Amino acid sequence: MGKLTMGCFSSLVGSLSLDFAVKLTDAAVKKGHKVDLWVSGNATMLSKKGQKAFKDYSALEKKIQELLATGNFQVTACEACAEARGYRKEDTMEGFKRHSMDWYLASCFSADRVLHIGGD
Amino acid sequence: MATKKLAFVVKTLPYKTEASRLALTHAIASQTVEIYLADGDLVEPVVAFCGDGVLNCLKNQKAMNLYGLTSIEQHLKNSLLLDLKVLYCKEDMERLGISEDSLIMDAEDIGGETKAHIVSFSEIQKEMESSDHLLFF
Repeated sequence: MGKLTMGCFSSLVGSLSLDFAVKLTDAAVKKGHKVDLWVSGNATMLSKKGQKAFKDYSALEKKIQELLATGNFQVTACEACAEARGYRKEDTMEGFKRHSMDWYLASCFSADRVLHIGGD
Repeated sequence: MATKKLAFVVKTLPYKTEASRLALTHAIASQTVEIYLADGDLVEPVVAFCGDGVLNCLKNQKAMNLYGLTSIEQHLKNSLLLDLKVLYCKEDMERLGISEDSLIMDAEDIGGETKAHIVSFSEIQKEMESSDHLLFF
């Protein structure tokens, strides 16, 4: 089984790119692959705990928790991007890591495939 | 011991979104990636500006004066200071009427020795083909 690294830079609400990234992660993990998801820029919104699941807006916290529970999924937010948006460590959902951008490059280093989804 | 080459291909306008800035900050992060890697393993970045992305490389940007933000110019100069390979697409420069004189070609003012290169898109394609992973911004 392989390792997929994905980078996503789009916001949780206002774009469906993160929804796509998480759906693809789910499919890959179900096939037995390992997935690293890096969120940077506006995508660090995904790391915020306490998201309310309205039907009109993307809400991915539950799915992220399910994926983390598989042990084949890591999700990391760019610490500087998160702090710049006022998302503090204490605001971060359980299991979500925070690192600097070199974490993403290191994950790319050991990945079989990299899918960089980009920003808004 | 291994080296993985990552190509950061920038095709978005400066300042309209955060993308080009993030391309440069992520590429610069290659300088500290060793803390996560085994001894001797390296990430080799190449940054290529093509399409509208070449507009990121214009000299005399005033982001600090106007917005109080570091400019893309400063990030580009830092990339050159750190000896990153930086390429500008010749055909897109011509398409946009941009001359070499108006581009950030070096970082001599901050002590850099590496220069940016103006190359044809076919050269950029070769860089992409020889890269392990492509990241489009």
